[in-house]
Amino acid sequence: MPALDTERVHVLGVRHHGPGSARAVRAELERLRPDAVLIEGPPEADALVGHVGGLEPPVALLAYDRFEPSRAAFWPFAVFSPEWQALRYAAEHGAEVRFCDLPAAHTLAARTEEEEETGEGEAPRVRVDPLGVLAEAAGYDDPERWWDDVVEQRRDGGPSPFPAIAEAMAAVRAELAPEPETGHEARREAHMRQVLRAALRAGHERIAVVCGAWHVPALLELPAATADARLLRGLPKTRVATTWIPWTHGRLAAASGYRAGVRSPGWYHHLFTTPDRPVERWLTETARRLRDRGHAVSSSHVIEAVRLCETLAALRGRPLAGLEETAEATSAVLCEGAELRARLVHDEMALGERLGAVPPDTPTVPLQRDLAAQQKRLRLKPGALDRDLVLDLRKDVDRERSVLLHRLGLLGVPWGAPRRGTVRSRGTFRETWALRWEPEYDLAVIEASRWGTTVAAATAARVRDRAADADLPALTALVEDCLLADLPDALTDTVAQLSRRAAEDADIQRLMRALPPLARSVRYGSVRRFDADALRGVAVEMLRRVCAGLTVAVTGLDEAAAVPVAADVDATHTAAVLLGGDAETGWLDALEALAPRSGVPGRLSGRAHRLLRDSGRLDADTLRLRLSQVASPGTPPERTAAWIEGFAADSGLLLVHDSALLDLIDQWLTGLSGRAFVDVLPLLRRTFGGFTAAERRSIAELVVRGGVDRDPAEQPVDTGRAAAAVAAAAAVLGLPAHT
Amino acid sequence: MTATPAVLRPHAEQAYAEELAALAKADDRPRPPGWKLSPWAVTQYVLGATLDDGTEITPKYVGARRIVEVAVATLATDRALLLLGVPGTAKTWLSEHLAAAIAGDSTLLVQGTAGTAEEAVRYGWNYARLLAEGPSEKALVPSPVMTAMAEGRLARVEELTRIPSDVQDALITILSEKTLPVPELGIEVQAQRGFNIIATANDRDRGVNDLSSALRRRFNTVVLPVPQTADDEVEIVTRRVAQLGRNLDLPEVPASLTEIRRVVTVFRELRNGITEDGRTKVKSPSGTLSTAEAISVITNGIALAAHFGDGVLRPTDVAAGISGAVVQDPVSDGVVWREYLETVVREREDWDDFYAACREASH
Repeated sequence: MPALDTERVHVLGVRHHGPGSARAVRAELERLRPDAVLIEGPPEADALVGHVGGLEPPVALLAYDRFEPSRAAFWPFAVFSPEWQALRYAAEHGAEVRFCDLPAAHTLAARTEEEEETGEGEAPRVRVDPLGVLAEAAGYDDPERWWDDVVEQRRDGGPSPFPAIAEAMAAVRAELAPEPETGHEARREAHMRQVLRAALRAGHERIAVVCGAWHVPALLELPAATADARLLRGLPKTRVATTWIPWTHGRLAAASGYRAGVRSPGWYHHLFTTPDRPVERWLTETARRLRDRGHAVSSSHVIEAVRLCETLAALRGRPLAGLEETAEATSAVLCEGAELRARLVHDEMALGERLGAVPPDTPTVPLQRDLAAQQKRLRLKPGALDRDLVLDLRKDVDRERSVLLHRLGLLGVPWGAPRRGTVRSRGTFRETWALRWEPEYDLAVIEASRWGTTVAAATAARVRDRAADADLPALTALVEDCLLADLPDALTDTVAQLSRRAAEDADIQRLMRALPPLARSVRYGSVRRFDADALRGVAVEMLRRVCAGLTVAVTGLDEAAAVPVAADVDATHTAAVLLGGDAETGWLDALEALAPRSGVPGRLSGRAHRLLRDSGRLDADTLRLRLSQVASPGTPPERTAAWIEGFAADSGLLLVHDSALLDLIDQWLTGLSGRAFVDVLPLLRRTFGGFTAAERRSIAELVVRGGVDRDPAEQPVDTGRAAAAVAAAAAVLGLPAHT
Repeated sequence: MTATPAVLRPHAEQAYAEELAALAKADDRPRPPGWKLSPWAVTQYVLGATLDDGTEITPKYVGARRIVEVAVATLATDRALLLLGVPGTAKTWLSEHLAAAIAGDSTLLVQGTAGTAEEAVRYGWNYARLLAEGPSEKALVPSPVMTAMAEGRLARVEELTRIPSDVQDALITILSEKTLPVPELGIEVQAQRGFNIIATANDRDRGVNDLSSALRRRFNTVVLPVPQTADDEVEIVTRRVAQLGRNLDLPEVPASLTEIRRVVTVFRELRNGITEDGRTKVKSPSGTLSTAEAISVITNGIALAAHFGDGVLRPTDVAAGISGAVVQDPVSDGVVWREYLETVVREREDWDDFYAACREASH
């Protein structure tokens, strides 16, 4: 087999993201001064190289199927990616760039076929772990760490590591894969060789190849071109478009599922961008961030942290302190043992979240195409002028339009603004939107393309991301958004997150506020044929938590603070009735326990009695007894007045029908001293002012006459039995919580 | 092993003298001044290993390697080491073994209590001699810390946060200036190389004297976690309960693994704020819920079962104990406990009797 002309071709084996590799590649390129650079990546992107100057990493090369944008592949680059440094070098020195991996046209087409067969497409990386073998030989249990120690943490000035990497890889390949590669990997390497041959034919003086370390041995020898051509013949093919899109460190991290990901992009970025003393600078930055959060961290803390890092590194036999040592020093010294605080600031820095940027003249992204296709299908043209859109959700096309607008809103492209009062009303069939397409939305779409290649997928990813650190009310709102935007998968995740967050939240009032929209969503979800069981489970669990903590939370509250709580209790009651079953029973039990307690504010106690009475949990005799207790001289008049307001709020009909109750109130009122009467008058006025004129008149007549007609035929309506029906009807009609 | 049999509890350096000697022989790495072993050998001693000559080093501390490494590295940088943790996380145990391995002596010990006086940290006087001969070095009674300074060894301070604040602060000079002046005699004791302090403190105990930030700054803090897996903890609890039962001469009650596992599960879930299957988050009560408390709940339950029950450990025997351990603050912990019972325990299969017993006990 003819070996390569090593004067003309230099193969640089790298790990895809790593500051040491990046530095070494840059230094090697400066030394070699090649006039052509071959980089592992899809050849379809060759035309995009011209954009490199205007990009701000992290960015990703995106290749997607023109006909089916959801089928796509990404090649992310951070500033510390060796490939990026090679691209930059070429752009700055006018060298020619060729991407040499197998064309995405084949990989994307092959991916669907493989999915149908075995799904073997992702296997090679797992099957062969060259770094693992080398690390094991060096006595490391973690290959990442070994690579870090040997390659990544090297600073400038060392000898070029590439000959050693090539030799080591040759040895590993001889050991692990003595057979020539087959299948996908073989085709990739064949294509790399073909591109290399083409570059040689084109007469380039000096060619540098930047590729994954594993492939180096395969490129150092050039067998006859016919064998490679045969391998590449007859591959499935599809039409592919490529573009640059902004990327984030978060999606570069291995934790996000990117298979060539790194554990700590923030740390690598730091290692690559700091000129010297990385550990000192890192810990100083950690201390600065801790100080910003109000923790006292002195310079002497930093000094001791650096010393600890160095000693730990020495104890572990590492050449330089790494991320783990800094994490431990942060915890033991800077945070004085407060591990949670340490982990928070450390994780934040290790990830080092940053968002890349692409210039506006980059080719359109699939998300834009997908959006354009949907706009065309739904006959919604983006226009710069305001335009009102009224949707009838019973029509399929209008429903789809609504879903699209909701999704775009979630994606940060607020093309349609819901007209006030319509966005949360699930009951009506009508939705009114104001449409206006601003120029910056184009950029917003490009930015949103990091979330996915179709509107649906991107929105789902965005919702998941937002759910990760949303608080309870925001989460319930997201649940509703998921329903409106028709995102069943994201909904499942959001609900799981909601359940976790509800468990952490100790604020009963917040729980009570989060519950009603959720209970409504449960009903709405079942209408939309979403499996509402999970949602219902969470709602019931939240209600149980409310029941467990309600009495403690409201005991000792003053009357003014009880006003909003009473509204929450009402809303929760409606929600409990909507949920029905055990949940409702449990809630009424909790109210029953709450109602007679003396530490509970009068308004809440009164409200609880009313709700219990309306639910048929409290018979008239008990109720009279309780009112009589409350209205007796032992109770401060203010409390009595508040009790009555809570009890009678929003409807005086009850007093018209139950003369005993009215008598009790009447007696209490007439028995008050002049001063006490003046004190409670405003409250009473508010209570009775809330009744309808007809109710007020009836009450006045009764008081004047000294009692109601005790006509046995005139049975009061059984409001307890009606309550469930009324509440349900109210929810269906989308009316406020109670009427 | 080598200690005389009459001693109830030999010191670590006596009990493991052979292991220490074997390690010292095999250890060819550089030793910091005043250290009997290299930092590497100290970690091996604590975590356990098999030496090249076949000597088996038993693990003394079962837990994450990095914790021990940070502790040893701290002592090697001549910073003082503060071991923090809830009761029952082997703080004292680890500090004794570190002192034994590094200085060959774990006996220079100050036990911190609310009544610990400055003499215990600095020095005192032999008053008979002081009166008879006047102030002299012979009349001086050095504290363990002073002895450790003079001889370049490790001093241990147990329960540092129980010591009154003014006495704690006596340590500041010792740790920053590494010297202890004796103004009465016009002399000072300067710390020899190899001197250091290992302190332990309980970070969730009530009524402790928080360290002043000046003192805190002189320590590197290592937090010892509770056992990582449920199986580890069940194992520790089972073994300890059996031991305690023998010591207390309790009648034999068949230790029900189901109940022990249940108690450990409840403790772990409330402590970690999440159920063992990772599906549901729960709130944590204010109590510590350490392994040591789980042990005491089970031991109590066994006593109840033996003396008042049918001789078998049943949910009713542990329910009162467990409610008592969880509900330290009747208001807030009560909510946490009820919520936990209703949302987690109630849903669990085969836990009906336990749920009923706990409900019963908490009402």
